[in-house]
Amino acid sequence: MSAVVKIEDIHKIYESGEVPVHAVRGVSLEIHQQEFVALMGASGSGKSTLMNLLGCLDRPTRGSYLLDGVDISRLDKNELADIRNKKLGFVFQGFNLLARTTAVENVELPCLYGKQRMSAKAMRERAMHCLEIVGLSNRADHMPNQLSGGQQQRVAIARALVNEPQLLLADEPTGNLDSKTSIEVMGVFQKLNDQGITIVMVTHELDVAHYCKRYLILRDGVVVRDEATLDRSIANVELAKLKQAETAAKLLGAGSTAA
Amino acid sequence: MTRKLNTVLFPALTGAVVLALWYGLHFFLSEDRRFLLPTPGAVLAALRDNAPFLARAAWNTSQGALLGFALAVFVSFTLALLLSLSPIVRASLYPYLMALQLTPLPILAPICVIWVGAGINSVALLTFAIAFFPLVVNTTQGLISTDRNLVELFRLYRASRWQQLFLLRVPSALPYFFTGLRIAATLAPIGAVVADMNAGSSAGDGGGLGFQAIIYSSQAKYPALYATAATTCLLGFVFNAVIVIVARYSLQNWHDSYERPDK
Ligand SMILES: Nc1ncnc2c1ncn2[C@@H]1O[C@H](COP(=O)(O)OP(=O)(O)OP(=O)(O)O)[C@@H](O)[C@H]1O
Ligand SMILES: [Mg+2]
Repeated sequence: MSAVVKIEDIHKIYESGEVPVHAVRGVSLEIHQQEFVALMGASGSGKSTLMNLLGCLDRPTRGSYLLDGVDISRLDKNELADIRNKKLGFVFQGFNLLARTTAVENVELPCLYGKQRMSAKAMRERAMHCLEIVGLSNRADHMPNQLSGGQQQRVAIARALVNEPQLLLADEPTGNLDSKTSIEVMGVFQKLNDQGITIVMVTHELDVAHYCKRYLILRDGVVVRDEATLDRSIANVELAKLKQAETAAKLLGAGSTAA
Repeated sequence: MTRKLNTVLFPALTGAVVLALWYGLHFFLSEDRRFLLPTPGAVLAALRDNAPFLARAAWNTSQGALLGFALAVFVSFTLALLLSLSPIVRASLYPYLMALQLTPLPILAPICVIWVGAGINSVALLTFAIAFFPLVVNTTQGLISTDRNLVELFRLYRASRWQQLFLLRVPSALPYFFTGLRIAATLAPIGAVVADMNAGSSAGDGGGLGFQAIIYSSQAKYPALYATAATTCLLGFVFNAVIVIVARYSLQNWHDSYERPDK
C-alpha cells in the first residue's frame, strides 16, 4: 500500500526572528492509510511546526514531502490550497467555531468556499451526515455557546470531515477538555480511524496517546522514538468502565445516606 | 425582592433626598436671589405653560439629531470597512478624522452656515460631525480585532476577502459597533442642541431646544430655562433608550456579551 504521507529528511528553519530557529531538523516519516499516530514531545520540540508542514500550511525549508503520492514542493499556492481542501481535515485545540452560527452551519463552512460550490441541499445533507458520525445530529441547531466543550470539539471534527479527507490532522484536540470528555473525543477518532481515515494528532497527555496505534516522540526537532502502542486503550471500553464506577459510587452514596 | 429594592426603591430615595436639598437650598437663599434656583414646582409649572413651545423645539432638535445621527452611522460604517483594509489606509486617514473631532462645534458652526445655511441642515451636519468619530473608531477596531484563529480558519478554507469581511469580520464587529452607537447616541442630542444654539434658525418655527434656551435666558424666564434643560435631558434619555433596546434586541441571540437573563 502506498503511503499517505511520505517525508524525507525534512527541515524547517524560521528566519523571521533575530536568530534563525531550526525547529524541525531532518525528520523522515512514512504514514500509511488507516494509521493513527500520536505526536508527542516537550513544548517547543517542533510538534506544531511538523503538523503545519504535514498540513501544507507551511513549506519545508529542505526535504521532500509526498502527500498521497503527490510531490507538494512542485505545487503553487493555489494547487496547494486545493489539495489541502480535498485531502486534509484540521482540528484545533481551541475548536474555532463561529459564534452565533448553528452547529450544522459551522460544519458547512468549508464547503462554502472554493471553486466548486455544492447546492445548499447537498451541503446540508453532507453536514448532517458528518454530525451524525460524531453523534451530534440532535444538536444541529444549537449555537456553540449552548454546547459543552466536548460537543464543540465534536462539531469541529464534523467540520473537518465534511470534505471527506483522507488524512485528519489534530493539534492538541483534547488540550482544552477534561479527561472524560477527552475519552469521548478519542472515541470519535477511533471510530473514524476504523472507517479508514488516517489520523495524526499532537498531544501532551500520555493516556490520550494510548488511544492511538503508533506514537512518535520529538525532541529538538528530531524524532527520537517511533513505536507501536502496546495495550492500546479503547474508548468505548474506558467509557463503560467510567460509567460503571460512577454507578457504583452512586449506589455507595445512596447506601451511606440510607444508613 | 432585593432586586426590586435595588432598581426602584434606592433610586427613588436618592430622588427624594435631592428634592429635599433643592427645596432647602431655595429657601436658604435670600428672597431676592431665589430666582437662581426656582422650586421644582415652579419648573413643573413652566414645563406645563411652555409645553407647546418646548414640544415643537424638541421635535425640531430631534429631527436634526436623527438626520445627523443616521448620516453618521451610514458614513462611519462605510468608512470603517475601508479603514479595516490596511494599516496604511488607517495611518493616512486617522489624523484627519482626529482633526475633525478636535474642532469644537461652535467653530465649525459658522462654516456650516456658510455651506448649507442656518437651520436643520446645519444642525444635522454638525451632529454628524460629533457623532461620527466614536462610531468609526469603534467599528474599525471591531473589524480589525476579529479572532485571529478564525481569520486563519477562513484562509484555510480559501474564503475570499469579501466572504471574510461579511461572514466573519462584520458579525464579530457588531458589539463594537453598538458600543460606538451608544456613545454617538449620547453625543447626538447634545451636539444637536449646541448646533442649534450656534447654527440654528427660528425661521418658520424651526427653532430647536438650543434656540429656546437662548430666548428664555434673554427674557429672564428662569423656570422655563430649567424646564428646557429637563426637556433636553429627556430627549437624550429617549435617544439612548432606543439604541440600547435595538442593540439588545439584535444581539441577544448573537453574542455572549448579551446573554438573556433567563439563561
Ligand atoms: N512562526 C515562527 N517563527 C519563528 N519561530 C517559531 C515559529 N513557530 C514556532 N517557532 C519556534 O519553533 C520551535 C518549535 O515550535 P513548535 O510550535 O513547533 O513547538 P511545539 O512542539 O508545538 O510546542 P508546544 O507543545 O508548546 O505547542 C520553538 O522554538 C518555537 O519558538
Ligand atoms: Mg504546539
